[in-house]
Amino acid sequence: MSVENLLGRPLRVVNLGLEVFAQELEADGVTVLHVDWQPPAGEPGGADLLALLDDE
Amino acid sequence: MVLMRIAGELRGRPGVREAAALMGTAANHDLLVAAGLAAPPVRDATAGDLMLVVDGESAAAADAAIEAAHALLDTRRRLREESGRMLPRTLESAVRRLPDANLATISVPGAYAKLEAMTALRRGLHVFLFSDNVPIADEIVLKRVATDKGLLCMGPDCGTGYLNGVGLGFANVVPRGRIGCVSASGTGLQAVASRLAALGEGISHGIGVGGRDLSAEVGGVMTAFALETLGADRATELIVVISKPPAPAALARLEAAIRVIAKPVVVCCLGASAPAGAPGRWVATLEDAAEAATADVRARPWVPRAFSDAEDVRIRLSRIEAGPRRGGALLGLFVGGTLAHEARLVLDAWLGPAATGGRHRILDLGADEYTVGRPHPMLDPVQRDAMVREAGRDPSVGVLLLDLVLGRGTHPDPARSLAAAVGEARAVAARAGRELTVVACVIGTASDPQGLHGQIAALEAAGVHVFPGSAQAARFAALALEPTLAPRLLEARG
Repeated sequence: MSVENLLGRPLRVVNLGLEVFAQELEADGVTVLHVDWQPPAGEPGGADLLALLDDE
Repeated sequence: MVLMRIAGELRGRPGVREAAALMGTAANHDLLVAAGLAAPPVRDATAGDLMLVVDGESAAAADAAIEAAHALLDTRRRLREESGRMLPRTLESAVRRLPDANLATISVPGAYAKLEAMTALRRGLHVFLFSDNVPIADEIVLKRVATDKGLLCMGPDCGTGYLNGVGLGFANVVPRGRIGCVSASGTGLQAVASRLAALGEGISHGIGVGGRDLSAEVGGVMTAFALETLGADRATELIVVISKPPAPAALARLEAAIRVIAKPVVVCCLGASAPAGAPGRWVATLEDAAEAATADVRARPWVPRAFSDAEDVRIRLSRIEAGPRRGGALLGLFVGGTLAHEARLVLDAWLGPAATGGRHRILDLGADEYTVGRPHPMLDPVQRDAMVREAGRDPSVGVLLLDLVLGRGTHPDPARSLAAAVGEARAVAARAGRELTVVACVIGTASDPQGLHGQIAALEAAGVHVFPGSAQAARFAALALEPTLAPRLLEARG
């Protein structure tokens, strides 16, 4: 059972989506790599403002 | 999230009474009207526009706040541009940079969640899937792939988890300990973990499984796997299972999983009593789950109680009864869906079947119908605060029942604006010759960033009766509505 690589071992996390979750994990001393994730197809129009909102 | 933080920072500025930062959708325009923040300059804003509205004590204070908001947005844009160059753009490239990664936390929009979660599972990562609006067919496939590989797929729609003492998603700051949880409810897990912390116990791991895991379609597959996992975990001495009533097929799987575990299991399926011959210790409420688990690991006897402090309840009731004219129905305004569900169960049990479907109402403001185009009310209190104020003007409302959920990832100071709204509502009702009784449960711990005691004190100063759980708060609300229940309710249980 590969859960053995998780419970009782240090968490090493890849975070996609809300950046605040990566920040919270970092504050807990967890190694975390945040992905600058973007939807495969961008929203046309207002993209600049939406990009600001999408990264968390 | 960014906008809520900006609004929160503006509210904290001197001379600012209220602030909103919202996209110009129709729903948000309605919200501004309800909050008394509709202003001519943003009237023509459309969904692609950002509306910044400040209610200041002076024009100078409001102007300074708007300027500060622009500065915050500019800083954010700059930081993003700078950091964006260094961050991986895909999960695949992230795993190449962090080859021993063991967990992916995913909160992308639901339409993209399956693709990303599947990629993570294929790379051998456990998944914490916060995203909602993931089709159930996708959930079934993800969980099948995960269990085939011996991996946890926590979610979709998994709000809270704890692994190795680390909180995931919306998590209260709780000590590490010997009690493991398997939960199909984020706020349910928060409530149990927070109550355990208050009782002096800690969490080994809290494995969220998503709200649909025990449905007929998903069949409890991740609940069973999580139970097996915690059953084998050396740090876990006892396991608490939290969910709504399971579908028959899921119940069979749940029972089978509990039977093979050589550890005590406390089962809290809100709304379901123990089926005949079911293994485990079944309890009725989230508070009971925490208390039964605590008693069990300490090898002490335990019986459920209606209130942690019945004497305090008697005193509060006598004050209410000595007060001005009462009457009216109950309105529940909840941010936690499971807390709302638990309150409904308690009220229907004491006030009569379907009481909350008739004269009394309990609204789950985190449900999809209230969150379209808006952030979750656990993050942004503006909508609920407006509804609280509205209740002060509504002569049909006599008792207001609320919840407040603290912890990481949620609003930094939800009690402040809620207390202000309650104070206003109670004053408006009092001027109309009515007493508005306000009851709330606060889910949180002293170690949470918001601080439990300060949040409770803020609500109590506004005249709110505060309880440590939704069931107790609902029982007190029932007593405020029907004082004749007191002899039975105070002595018996809910």
